[in-house]
Amino acid sequence: MGALGALIRRDLALALRLGGGGGIAVAFFVLTIVLVPLGIGRDAAVLARVAGGMLWIAALLAALLSLDRLFQADYEDGTLDQLMLAPVALEQVVLAKALAHWLTTGLPMTVIAPGLGSMLGLPVAVLPILALAMVAGTPALSLIGAIGAAVTVGVRRGGLMLSILVLPLYIPTLIFGARAVGNALVDLSPWPAMGLLGAVTLFAAALAPFAAAAALRINTR
Amino acid sequence: MDLHIDQLACRRAGRQIFHGLEFALGAGQAAAVRGPNGAGKSTLLRVIAGLLPAAGGDVRLGEMSLGADRSLFQEHLAYAGHLDAVKTALTVRDNLAIWAAINGGDTARAGAALARFGLARIAARLVAECAAGQRRRLGLARLLVAEKPLWLLDEPTVSLDGDARALVAAVVREHLAAGGLALIATHEDLGLGPLPVLEIDPASAGTAIAGAADPFLEGTW
Repeated sequence: MGALGALIRRDLALALRLGGGGGIAVAFFVLTIVLVPLGIGRDAAVLARVAGGMLWIAALLAALLSLDRLFQADYEDGTLDQLMLAPVALEQVVLAKALAHWLTTGLPMTVIAPGLGSMLGLPVAVLPILALAMVAGTPALSLIGAIGAAVTVGVRRGGLMLSILVLPLYIPTLIFGARAVGNALVDLSPWPAMGLLGAVTLFAAALAPFAAAAALRINTR
Repeated sequence: MDLHIDQLACRRAGRQIFHGLEFALGAGQAAAVRGPNGAGKSTLLRVIAGLLPAAGGDVRLGEMSLGADRSLFQEHLAYAGHLDAVKTALTVRDNLAIWAAINGGDTARAGAALARFGLARIAARLVAECAAGQRRRLGLARLLVAEKPLWLLDEPTVSLDGDARALVAAVVREHLAAGGLALIATHEDLGLGPLPVLEIDPASAGTAIAGAADPFLEGTW
């Protein structure tokens, strides 16, 4: 555990430095949501109806923003070679990096989301559901993103390709996440959608470490 | 612990880099890997490190075989490539402490490694503010954070001044005196005395293989 703890701490330290990407992703998330009323208008009923979907779309894009450096930076400076030689399974390295990515993007977005939701006119009763949906859903963004980042490592301008690869895979999280909030808004049960949202995250957690590690092995040969 | 290179071959993108490579090295010995630019010195070191797949043959270190159990083999080697694998946003000390933790070593070892490479004075400095030679020494200091019998050094003295070069030679000599082995790709005289030379034959470098199968279709990509 010491090795993985050190890896997570290192990634957190790098992400929190200027230009590390963590803060930028969260700022992007906030700015996108602030733009929504400017684009859609001040009608509170309309804003509340689109709030869930907008928050989730902004979260997907913000998570994508910092993903392209997830393995690329380590690949470029030789760190990835050393990690492959280290007495730590590459699958564990992927999991540690995805966790660090979530801690610097998904978690702060989860904390901010209820505030932004109320700004868009979501009723107070819906805000806990929104926060819970973010907790259940955003880890999948980091985990699925890790697969895309591993597949595009070593590709020039891989960030663009990464977006095209990963965004379609985010669709289940987007649908169930927005549905959970939307259902709560019209007094329907949010729990079926919430359960599926968690299921997507668990599935991603089971699959991503192996898929990303396999992609990294192929790409570094 | 002896190192045996047995009929080792490497093929990259349909080109034979080397084949039928035979070499043996006893405990406490170092060898220089020689060959003109592009002959495949770096490739050979990466194949032995298990970072690139061998197209044939095997490397054995004592009882361990690269072909049979790559991760066990990798646990007994340290590789210092062209890239220093240091993070410019972290301090000199933090960079090394992370690798000590990942390799299961203690931070005291990292401190000793810093002192050995004359980096103790700048331990609190960000790597971004360090000169190329200091980064190089920091990359090489990673060799000392964990005890590995086989060292693979790719041009270790690039951008080092005379004193630092002598320091690297002294560190390698200590490693050899403790029963370690080292394979060093270099064009310079390291001051280790006459070394056995592992010559990569340029005649076999860069020759296309007649009728070679597509490595992608072979599944060896």
